Amino acid sequence: MAQRKAGAVNYEAVIGLEVHVQLKTQSKLFCGCATEFGVEPNTRVCPICLGYPGVLPVMNAEAIRKTILSGLMIGCKITRFSKWDRKNYFYPDMPKNYQISQYDLPLCLGGAVQIPGKTLGVTRIHLEEDVAKSFHFDTTSGVDFNRAGTPLMEIVSEPDMRSSEDAFAYLTALKEILITGGVSDCDMEKGQLRCDCNVSVRPVGQAKFGEKVEIKNMNSISGVKRALEYEIPRQIAALGRGEKIFQETRRWDDEAGKTSVMRTKEYAHDYRYFPEPDLMPVTVSDSLLAEIQQLLPELPEAKRQRFVRQYGLPEYDAGVLVANSTLANFFEKAAGKNPKAVANWMMSVSDITATPIQPVQIGELVAAIDAGQISGKQGKDVFAEMLATGKSPGTIIKEKGLAQVSDTGAIEGFCDQAIAGNPKSVADFKAGNKAALNALVGQVMKLSKGKANPQLVSAILARKL
Amino acid sequence: MSLHTLTISELRDKLQRGEVSVRQLTQALLDRIQAVDGKLKAYLWLNPDDALRQADAADLTKPLGGIPVAIKDVLNVTGQPCTCASKILQGHISVYDATAIRKLRDAGAILLGRTNMDEFAMGSSTENSSWGVTRNPWDLERIPGGSSGGSAAAVAGHEAIAALGSDTGGSIRQPAALTSCVGLKPTYGLVSRYGLVAFASSLDQIGPFTKTVEDAALLLGVIAGHDPLDSTSVPAPVPDYQEKLNAGVKGLRIGLPKEYFIDGMDREVEAAVRAAIRQLESLGAEVVEILLPHTDYAVAVYYLIATAEASANLARFDGVRYGARVRGADVLETYSKTRGAGFGPEVKRRIILGTYALSAGYYDAYYLRAQKVRTLIRRDFEQAFQKCDVIVTPTSPTPAFKIGEKANDPLQMYLSDIFTISVNLAGNCGLSLPCGFTSQPKLPIGLQLIGKAFDESTLLRVAYAYEQSTPWHKERPAL
Repeated sequence: MAQRKAGAVNYEAVIGLEVHVQLKTQSKLFCGCATEFGVEPNTRVCPICLGYPGVLPVMNAEAIRKTILSGLMIGCKITRFSKWDRKNYFYPDMPKNYQISQYDLPLCLGGAVQIPGKTLGVTRIHLEEDVAKSFHFDTTSGVDFNRAGTPLMEIVSEPDMRSSEDAFAYLTALKEILITGGVSDCDMEKGQLRCDCNVSVRPVGQAKFGEKVEIKNMNSISGVKRALEYEIPRQIAALGRGEKIFQETRRWDDEAGKTSVMRTKEYAHDYRYFPEPDLMPVTVSDSLLAEIQQLLPELPEAKRQRFVRQYGLPEYDAGVLVANSTLANFFEKAAGKNPKAVANWMMSVSDITATPIQPVQIGELVAAIDAGQISGKQGKDVFAEMLATGKSPGTIIKEKGLAQVSDTGAIEGFCDQAIAGNPKSVADFKAGNKAALNALVGQVMKLSKGKANPQLVSAILARKL
Repeated sequence: MSLHTLTISELRDKLQRGEVSVRQLTQALLDRIQAVDGKLKAYLWLNPDDALRQADAADLTKPLGGIPVAIKDVLNVTGQPCTCASKILQGHISVYDATAIRKLRDAGAILLGRTNMDEFAMGSSTENSSWGVTRNPWDLERIPGGSSGGSAAAVAGHEAIAALGSDTGGSIRQPAALTSCVGLKPTYGLVSRYGLVAFASSLDQIGPFTKTVEDAALLLGVIAGHDPLDSTSVPAPVPDYQEKLNAGVKGLRIGLPKEYFIDGMDREVEAAVRAAIRQLESLGAEVVEILLPHTDYAVAVYYLIATAEASANLARFDGVRYGARVRGADVLETYSKTRGAGFGPEVKRRIILGTYALSAGYYDAYYLRAQKVRTLIRRDFEQAFQKCDVIVTPTSPTPAFKIGEKANDPLQMYLSDIFTISVNLAGNCGLSLPCGFTSQPKLPIGLQLIGKAFDESTLLRVAYAYEQSTPWHKERPAL
């Protein structure tokens, strides 16, 4: 719901998202350590990512490329002269107690993400180093620095969203774009994609934004939606009671389904950003930009439109298939001469790519039905067998002796038998009862043990009578 | 024969001719240290067994084969302590080699031991060390300069054949001047900073302390060069610094900045520097007046930029991953107790200054303004170097002062780097070499030469011509 009433006033929410995305690179942003997770704590570390005295950062060029690619995918302007800054704050998960980030000259500026019916602006994308991970035990805490220094892209949206649905759609679309570009796997459970929300409410029609509240600690895209579904009514209700909303940071508790205050504005950090003297500014050359432009993949929205145009699919089918790039690739390999039928078979199971069925086999199945080799009903049996065994439709048809008889000589024989054995039906048909033909077709099918091609049978019977 | 008094080039000959062994040489230095370091306190750490092991394995075919070198306690040497003369790094052992150290090893040098310094290189007298004061070999009541006072005293006191130091605002040149040795701050980007514990990243450079200009050229050639581990190191080939040492100064233009001959300068220092200029003139150099109009702002700009960078650089010393830790009730208290107990007063002063300069609402007025003036200072030098090849100034306005004399007056202490600071802000190279002594008491005076960026060759060439035509470098302190 985009608007909500409190008393006589109709309020709307204004939402902006800060999305952190871990880049899929071999090594960390400023050292050679592997970006590998789920391994023994503190085994993917070196003096550099541990912030030992005297170490210096060296920039990972692949992380720059992937950030630029991300920017190009969402239509950003690529900053040709970008730089690094130090963001200062103390925390045990921060090896140097400053984070190397980008403050006033981020790599990408402007851009937009399309969601159904809306274009949502992106303010900027910058690159920074991820922090370590803290663990709290009974009496002590531990820090695992394996994650420290992983390239982390921050994508800041414009405050263009007006509802939790907008936020959900934005995150879903953004995630799909980044996966399509091979920039990140965006697995929220593994922390590869993290999201903070800035949300305020204001009376509909008021231009000025309300006081914004930042919400942290959402662990899934649906968690973001739930948090907003709690927070927006909370703020509106508070204003309705005549209370004020103050700028603060709140933590989302997914189990309780509530947000609660983490820190108020007085305790906001002064990060004391200043240019990182250990790194040279990043200059993006024409040739580098051209090289990255070559890598631009077809984006989900463009692909959806192409599926409608090129394969004649309904919008709905195109949307379902494009929502998952492996599904879309599967479809394009299988499409053949009857893409709609291929799409139907694919959508008849929850995820065809998780079954033993190969794209080419769906193509064969559709072709066998279209050629009249098997009936549509038989097709369903064959499909079930394909799901169970992974065998090709040709093999299954042969093994089960399902092939339709389209040999006119054999069918003519069955037809003659049926005409001779059912004089009543013949008489009815001749008297003008067209339905009587179906009884005769049924007899032929019975005689052929169901293998005769029914269309062929009808045609021959009609001719003979 | 006193092996410890010889230079690198003299020792190289003797070692290669087999007149002495590396073990003999190393032992001679260990003996010398044993004899005089109780008075000088130049060294913080020494491992005679390890030094002799290195000596036995030395490769004489290498450019520094068998030469014992002392290392300022700010450079990482695998397996050796690296405390930056700070309690906060007490007990910390390096887990990797700084690039300059790796290059010394590759060149066959023997890493003799670690020298005293002002804590985290913050100071001009080595009095800010957490581990005690180093004495000037020429007068034990006086400071050796700083922050690389231990390296300077070790070379001047013949406890090392050469040493490495670091220079952020004069920390090599000023102690070299005050102890009568040659100290060189290379152009920013010439020597890799990887493994140098950072004070102010945009100003820090590693450089050599030697007894002669020729040795400085040799040592610089070893440690200079591009390093993929330091993004600010410049990818250019390293020239042969010894090749043109002998080319003389005929036809070279020596720039005299009138802003550097100030009121309050020691009379004897000024006289010695003016005499040195006449000497260079007599050797064929042409003297030209130049202007460095933004000189007056250098100290202020330096203490904003250096402290701002230091406030971030020193944030990592928090007791979480290494070094000393003082436990508190929670993380925040552990931080404040650890840092409260670990840092000395001057380091705290600078962290607070730098934090303030970067704070919201003050950044534009302090840090940003300082960066703009820094650009003007850099331009001053660019313009001056259109008129001259090398700039000549005093290194320090006064000779070595007495221990404790300025300890309670940070501003007076800061002014002792007034002639050296601009060079770091501009990024150029600078060198100090002996140019005489005061009379009563006899204290060394240093001459500073400032060169164009990456023109260490000309700097060394002028220094060599002057040194070879004067007796100062032959004088030794009576210890």
